[in-house]
Amino acid sequence: MGKANGAAAQPRTIIEKVWTNHIVSERAGAPTLLYIDLHLVHEVTSPQAFSGLRERGLKVRRPDLTIGTTDHSIPTHDRSLPIVDKIAETQIVQFEKNCRDFGIPFYGPHSKKQGIVHVIGPEQGLTQPGMTVVCGDSHTATHGAFGALAFGIGTSQVEHVLATQCLLQSPSKTFEVRVEGTLKPGVGAKDIILNLISRIGIGGGTGAVFEYAGSAIGSLSMEERMTICNMSIEGGARAGLVAPDDTTYNYLAGRPAAPKGADWDRAVQLWRQLPTDEGASFNKTIYIDAGSLEPMITFGTNPGMGIPITAPVPDPAVVSDPLERESLGKALRYMNLPSGKPLLGHPVNVVFIGSCTNSRISDLRAAAGLLKGRKVNPHVRVMVVPGSQEVKAQAQAEGLDRVFTDAGAEWREAGCSMCIAMNGDQLKPGEYSVSTSNRNFEGRQGKGGRTFLASPLTAAATAITGVVTDVRTLL
Amino acid sequence: MEKFTTFTSRLAPLGIDNIDTDQIIPARFLKTISKEGLDRNLFCDWRYDPAGNPNPDFILNKPEGKEAQILLAGDNFGCGSSREHAPWALTQYGFRAVISTSFADIFRGNSLKNSLLPIMVSPEAHRKLFAAVQKDPVSTVTVDLANQTLTLPDGEQVTFPIDGFARYCMLEGVDEVGYILKQEDAIAAYEAQRPQTVNTLSVA
Repeated sequence: MGKANGAAAQPRTIIEKVWTNHIVSERAGAPTLLYIDLHLVHEVTSPQAFSGLRERGLKVRRPDLTIGTTDHSIPTHDRSLPIVDKIAETQIVQFEKNCRDFGIPFYGPHSKKQGIVHVIGPEQGLTQPGMTVVCGDSHTATHGAFGALAFGIGTSQVEHVLATQCLLQSPSKTFEVRVEGTLKPGVGAKDIILNLISRIGIGGGTGAVFEYAGSAIGSLSMEERMTICNMSIEGGARAGLVAPDDTTYNYLAGRPAAPKGADWDRAVQLWRQLPTDEGASFNKTIYIDAGSLEPMITFGTNPGMGIPITAPVPDPAVVSDPLERESLGKALRYMNLPSGKPLLGHPVNVVFIGSCTNSRISDLRAAAGLLKGRKVNPHVRVMVVPGSQEVKAQAQAEGLDRVFTDAGAEWREAGCSMCIAMNGDQLKPGEYSVSTSNRNFEGRQGKGGRTFLASPLTAAATAITGVVTDVRTLL
Repeated sequence: MEKFTTFTSRLAPLGIDNIDTDQIIPARFLKTISKEGLDRNLFCDWRYDPAGNPNPDFILNKPEGKEAQILLAGDNFGCGSSREHAPWALTQYGFRAVISTSFADIFRGNSLKNSLLPIMVSPEAHRKLFAAVQKDPVSTVTVDLANQTLTLPDGEQVTFPIDGFARYCMLEGVDEVGYILKQEDAIAAYEAQRPQTVNTLSVA
């Protein structure tokens, strides 16, 4: 990949540069041994990896490059209350023991820094440009917003990284996603990524790493870039990233784990060399015209089944491939939706604002901005779940919690909550939700539950009316 | 990891595209701290009705599907969450291979580390296999990893791709952690020349 070519080095993508910087060894007939700069661990995908270390008598090689948090199975009710689910409690207690036994710093349920793993990394300044970042969680690409090569791994690989700080990896294809132009009011980062996935399908990026580029990406905030990178996996790509720029450096400067003083200046100098070189080639480029986008919403049972909010739900009868037709038909039966009509006006039972996709302070500000002085529909349960305790504290300092509770929404503790519905926060069978999370798979938000994925603005608009609503009618 | 050997088996057809890992093993079963017992909840929400009784229409509840060691699935199998509980549940249930036209990246990697072989076939071979099991639900195929061949019920042999290192690890039962640990010198040398970029202990 990107070998030097005589006097002038061959132009390289940021993906190739980060990859090359982390090669530990290359042996014929084996994948590259790649060094990992930051490993995030949580309670759900790590217990069996720690058991593996104990069985083999291994230590954690670099606790100082590892951080733990409790997010997936932790309740989001008052933290002073006991955990009702004893199996979840056992998992959390075991996680804390594992971190203590192996010397890994972690944010337990009562830590002021506890939060969703993909919220705390950036928040603490741990996620930095040019790094390799892994976590036993498919939404690890979130950290790609900083120009890091960040990807989800399974529990076997969690064990590999704990033991060796390395992974055996083969290079991926590279796709450029070029988003140009200016977003219209009411349209945001979530709509960009839902639009991309609806176009390429949930397997469209399999085997690839995405670089998101173009003027529309450049004008996004770090938190908006995180929303986009977060859902790369829903397009099949294990990783997606944005080259670092001044927006990145301004976000990082002064964060607890960010370099300071002369180290900061040196770091920025190195980071400025990361962006893709002029003339570097990708396996594929996908273009999106930001100005043409509408608010997006999903209607089906995977994140690729998305439509502009005013568009009709597609008709399986017009799909030619039989398995594809059957899959679409199955999705509409599960969702109990007719084809040919938009979702606008469809009643919902729950609105969920949270998850590693959309639980950061700017997401909460956007939702609160719409809810201020309004009430949520009395037939709708509205859950607002901040991504971390620090996001929660910031929101409370700004009075956003009062905006939500005055409107009739629930203001909860930090965690993954109803995105993955394994902590007690869940839909009942047959219920509909508009959720700012990342997956609408069958039963994802509770057995039998039906999820429409959308932006925080669309979620807030729907909370007010009780039916799927185009936020542009309320702006 | 156990050594992967050639075998002949029936197929359990599940002709749905984009089967995600939340369907293979729903998240509510991920609160376990062990790998055991996941097979009971494999495809739980498709396999059982809301009262918990076996759904007679689901392939794993049909007599012909019960003995199959190969799952025949639609395109992009294993998409979504990175949970390794998905291949754990499949192998505990008795599956040794999954055949599809494509696999999600993380699921494929996780499967290879658990002696579950992801067999990627052409759309044509895929259609043939579904047609064969529709015609004769107990028809069998033979999987030969060493030669990377799948013998279809009509005797036709098709080849399938697999990363050479992954094939070697599966055939020989190689322990990947052990393999990486043997490169300690290279890891230490890399660490010695690379400045520390971050220290998590500083933000504990």
